[in-house]
Amino acid sequence: MRISREDVKHIAKLAELEFSDREIDKITPQLDRILEHVARISAVNTGDVEPASHVLDVNNVFRQDVPSQTVSREDALKNAPLEEEGGFRVPRID
Amino acid sequence: MEAKEVSCREITSSVLSRIEEVDGDINAYIRVEKERALKHADGIDARIAKGEKLEDFTGIPIGIKDNICTKGINTTCASKILDNYIPIYDAGVIQKLNSQDYILTGKLNMDEFAMGSSNENSFFGPVSNPWDTSRVPGGSSGGPAASVAAGEAVCSLGSDTGGSIRQPASLCGVVGFKPTYGLVSRYGLVAFASSLDQIGPFTRDMEDCAALLNIICGHDRRDSTSLDVEVPDYKGFLRDDIKGMKIGVPSQLMAAGIDPEVKGAVDSALNLALDMGAEVEEISIPNLEYALNVYYIVAPSEASSNLSRFDGVRYGYRDRSASTLRSMYRKTRTRGFGDEVKRRIMIGTYCLSAGYYDAYYEKALKVRTLLRRDFDRAFSTYDVLISPTSPTTAFRKGEKMDDPLTMYMCDICTIPVNLAGLPAVSIPAGISGENLPIGLHIIGNALREDNVIRMAYTLEKAIGFKDIPDL
Repeated sequence: MRISREDVKHIAKLAELEFSDREIDKITPQLDRILEHVARISAVNTGDVEPASHVLDVNNVFRQDVPSQTVSREDALKNAPLEEEGGFRVPRID
Repeated sequence: MEAKEVSCREITSSVLSRIEEVDGDINAYIRVEKERALKHADGIDARIAKGEKLEDFTGIPIGIKDNICTKGINTTCASKILDNYIPIYDAGVIQKLNSQDYILTGKLNMDEFAMGSSNENSFFGPVSNPWDTSRVPGGSSGGPAASVAAGEAVCSLGSDTGGSIRQPASLCGVVGFKPTYGLVSRYGLVAFASSLDQIGPFTRDMEDCAALLNIICGHDRRDSTSLDVEVPDYKGFLRDDIKGMKIGVPSQLMAAGIDPEVKGAVDSALNLALDMGAEVEEISIPNLEYALNVYYIVAPSEASSNLSRFDGVRYGYRDRSASTLRSMYRKTRTRGFGDEVKRRIMIGTYCLSAGYYDAYYEKALKVRTLLRRDFDRAFSTYDVLISPTSPTTAFRKGEKMDDPLTMYMCDICTIPVNLAGLPAVSIPAGISGENLPIGLHIIGNALREDNVIRMAYTLEKAIGFKDIPDL
């Protein structure tokens, strides 16, 4: 086993997801099989090979740091589930 | 239209009535923009009456995959978590189409967040294959493929992260093109795996495909991975001549697991190419063997990071029952995402987590470099590579839903292309005994769309695929 029920619970916490016990029963073996499958790459000799970043030779792209109006406050709040005084309202921070 | 033989309203109405007629069975559309499209068509007819010059796609009814942002029109990614999301801006490709004055028919169905190969993972229900409605259209761009196959749009735009344009094009018997990574702006495409995602066209034939590429390709400074290169006239590559072109056939993609009928159709196409003076050789691309493994580390890892933005704070669905911020995040994400999306977020989070990062994510990026080198070597000799697009024709709904790994295998031929950032197309190559389309996959070197288009156009003419689904 590459992944246990306890691991699944821990990863779910990191991912901000919740699973019921029944869902954990189902997803644990599924994730285990997928991880088993992808772990085949450990057999590849990668020596000092560079990890791929962009597939073509493109470097960081910068622009001038000049402030400008992009999105208006009104537009930015258009999709807000809950807004108050020009901001996003959220429940109490725990 | 320009000759006034037919009005834009007539064309638009005929597409809209086709949608009304068949979409109850197909479910290609999440949202149809009927009133808006008709009003827009009248506006274009007024332009024509004034004798204005029309562009290639002026007044052409086009459907857009629902992960491409359309200003003022819901863009859901087929997810509950974005069900009520209305973008405040247009994607780069939409702005380009707008400059042509195209007509938006509506937003097309897909696997949730483009994760899937059968379009069964949609919050708005599965899409049916127009050739046999008990079967899947492929995915994740099932809506864009099925709508063009069923005549519910003249053409459409989809996105391709591991085969999401080419595989459904293959299963639905239409042309689907994935351009070189960076050639089409991703600005306004809801991100799945940013180093793999690319927008591309679905069309009936290569002529329309090249014309649509002319519109959507080009640099966009708002996408930092966009390539600042000159965009050629892709229509100029529609040459019915492949004499002297060199075709490599990767043995790994013609091996076990490929349906004999699919292999037969690919072999016939290769024989046609030989007859027309192309050279065909079997080649080996050793690291293809690991492409699927690499993909199912890289794509979920990037997805787990990209999808962390969906937390119920700024847009989309929010679970209202939670009394604290953290429980609001959890409940929103748990109730807003479907099973496959959660599965991939979990895999990605695992691969990026402390203690596993080097063994999974970084290792995968190194193997990705090796795969890219394999392709470089192949393209130093060959102009294009040819394989099946999908190992099988369209499978039945439900057939692979209980087994994620079997579903992932559907993209074995298309995934390596995304990992290497290459351009590739699927064109119809024939019909199976069960009357289902078979797709031919033509891959080119980076920015060598010219070779892909020339080969596809020539083979399309030689194959002479004329069948349409009987709906």
